[in-house]
Amino acid sequence: MSMEKPASAFEYAPAPESRAVVDIAPSYGLFIDGEFTEAADGRVFKTVAPATEEVLSEVAQAGEADVDRAVRAARRAFASWSALPGSERAKYLFRIARIVQERSRELAVLETLDNGKPIKETRDSDLPLVAAHFFYYAGWADKLEHAGFGRRTTNGHSGASPRPLGVAGQVIPWNFPLLMLAWKIAPALATGNTVVLKPAETTPLSALFFADVCRQAGLPKGVVNIVPGYGDAGAALVAHPDVDKVAFTGSTAVGKEIARTVAGTRKKLTLELGGKGANIVFDDAPLDQAVEGIVNGIFFNQGQVCCAGSRLLVQESVQDELLDALKRRLTTLRLGDPLDKNTDIGAINSAEQLARITALAERGEAEGAERWSPACELPSTGYWFAPTLFTGVTQAHTVAREEIFGPVLSVLTFRTPDEAVAKANNTPYGLSAGIWSEKGSRVLAVANRLRAGVVWSNTFNKFDPTSPFGGYKESGSGREGGRHGLEAYLDV
Amino acid sequence: MPTSAPNAAHPPTAPRAGGSPLGDVTASDSSLRRFLHGLPGVDAVGLEARAAALGTRSIKTTAKAYALDLAISMVDLTTLEGADTPGKVRALGAKAVHPDPTDRTAPTTAAVCVYPDMVAAAKEAVAGSGVLVASVATAFPAGRAALGVKLADVRDAVAAGADEIDMVIDRGAFLAGRYLKVYEEIVAVKEASGAARLKVIFETGELSTYDNIRRASWLGMLAGADFIKTSTGKVGVNATPANTLLMLEAVRDFRAQTGVQVGVKPAGGIRTAKDALKFLVLVNETAGGDWLDNHWFRFGASSLLNDLLMQRQKLATGRYSGPDYVTVD
Repeated sequence: MSMEKPASAFEYAPAPESRAVVDIAPSYGLFIDGEFTEAADGRVFKTVAPATEEVLSEVAQAGEADVDRAVRAARRAFASWSALPGSERAKYLFRIARIVQERSRELAVLETLDNGKPIKETRDSDLPLVAAHFFYYAGWADKLEHAGFGRRTTNGHSGASPRPLGVAGQVIPWNFPLLMLAWKIAPALATGNTVVLKPAETTPLSALFFADVCRQAGLPKGVVNIVPGYGDAGAALVAHPDVDKVAFTGSTAVGKEIARTVAGTRKKLTLELGGKGANIVFDDAPLDQAVEGIVNGIFFNQGQVCCAGSRLLVQESVQDELLDALKRRLTTLRLGDPLDKNTDIGAINSAEQLARITALAERGEAEGAERWSPACELPSTGYWFAPTLFTGVTQAHTVAREEIFGPVLSVLTFRTPDEAVAKANNTPYGLSAGIWSEKGSRVLAVANRLRAGVVWSNTFNKFDPTSPFGGYKESGSGREGGRHGLEAYLDV
Repeated sequence: MPTSAPNAAHPPTAPRAGGSPLGDVTASDSSLRRFLHGLPGVDAVGLEARAAALGTRSIKTTAKAYALDLAISMVDLTTLEGADTPGKVRALGAKAVHPDPTDRTAPTTAAVCVYPDMVAAAKEAVAGSGVLVASVATAFPAGRAALGVKLADVRDAVAAGADEIDMVIDRGAFLAGRYLKVYEEIVAVKEASGAARLKVIFETGELSTYDNIRRASWLGMLAGADFIKTSTGKVGVNATPANTLLMLEAVRDFRAQTGVQVGVKPAGGIRTAKDALKFLVLVNETAGGDWLDNHWFRFGASSLLNDLLMQRQKLATGRYSGPDYVTVD
């Protein structure tokens, strides 16, 4: 017998995740000293779903006075929070981690709505990593004297526990809203600091839901304060005289501004900034898996990832074979409704970001690089950009030098390992790199010569709370994650 | 013998005029070794991650209805037991022809798969239905017999009317690096099979590494396999999403290089409709729609069919009827 075959064989029916699991209120306040409150000047801003441009909620907009109120609350909470034994702080963090797991479906749907990324990613990457970060740093809270930081007595035995810094002012981006919150808050609380965190203006909701998680966990008032707002609120937080520690993840331009602001103060600073990661494919690579790694490197979260593998460096001897395979693979990517469980590529986070990606892609074309995208219908509302490849790219092209922060891959070639290393390092950034080769000795030799904070071998965009993450050069300073991530929050 | 439906739409076997489609790579043991060892390596972690990621596809409503019927039509309904009797084989044949006694719209399975001495009984049981008879041969499942014995086994099955031959490769020779011996044996079996389509079983669980599975896939296709098949179902590790994904990549690449399309048959260990749908997603997103047809993709299975039927009933009626509403076999 023969089957009735639909036009394109196996057409997946829509499989939307239910929105009913999340209840978004029409308005939200700032979270200061354990209470939701309005902004001092009563200002609010709207947050929209990038996939549909639907207004999701109206959020109080923090100004300088609100930031001051939040910092004062954090300062008040610091004395008793930092005096708790580590094992007691750990209990709160473990509780938060478990609540995040219990509410993970709700938070995943919320994050997908507010950010535009596919539910597949929030469900399988963001939320599991958020919980893992809290679990991981909960484990450190009572073991800080064994972390290798702080005072030790002359006989080599541990002395007093290393001390927390005080109030941490934390400013996070919109690309992984809840995950970046976890990267910031988990180590800060584990080490005994209190925090004021400013989420990005396009994605404030998951941080406000996290405030509710803190209340649910019984976290003492003022230990975590959330102040949604724009750049001015971030600037006020960073400049606040009673902040002891500044942690920022975002663009290199803003990072430089922050470094200037805190220069000459007592404030300790960590910056996690932009990138232009090289994904290097040697001719002895496992090609089918390299194709998957390239796709994951640049199309994960629509390429809005600071450590994205946005430059593909492919050895000339396998260039044709690899690009054919990559293009064939891109035709299978499913772009559309981020809540559909089968969606691979979601929406771009904002109109502003879409305009930036569009402009840089046009620049690539104008400079003579060859542009290619799979046949792909974009939804008529919302912010969308088709997966895009540029071939014939050289080191001189803008698309090879500037961070695009979108689903745009620049393909360059090399002939020898030396040339691959030279091209990979020829960038002001140094956040991530990938190496694809079945030859272990080559992987190790090349990895040692790459100036990038994270080097992945035969994989890409793999994250784990136990692994430190951070940049060389203009990609930032300091490390988050792992034992190393504790240092930024300790007086050592 | 009446021409059966799956074969009617396609040539009976893929023609390979002039020997191997890649010319002289099979000229000597060393050239064959160089070719097979020159294939890109397989990163096990990456392969398994890709297979798992495709396993999260959500197949609902109309897509599910299509996929369940397609999966039923791809089943090689199998009994390979020492205790097999003509009576058991007749029951199996009846089930292949009318999988769901309560719903005659259910598709037939692709084939029944039996030992050579049961081929005659199987042919009789499915006569006129379009269901094919596949026979394992070549001293299945171990394959530890002289070539002459294996070929006699194949000829017996073909003489009894087998439409398809499922052979096993000499894993001992393969693991010892004697690729040309494995190749020549497949060529000989292909010749002995005549018009019957040849499925070449690698016993992936015994080959053990993904690099070996990729090499075996190319070796089998070069030698004239019409299908490459994972396993006998008689060892610990049989079909997995990862080894099937790897073999789908191989048939995709082989067609791109030679123009010759080869089928894939995962066998053993696929017991639920949910699993079967995951395999169809692998086919769809790796080899592509051209393989979504029982001429090019099969499931070697027995208990899978009942679960497919129960899910089909559930989708049609909205309720789950349970195992008493499908036939035991």
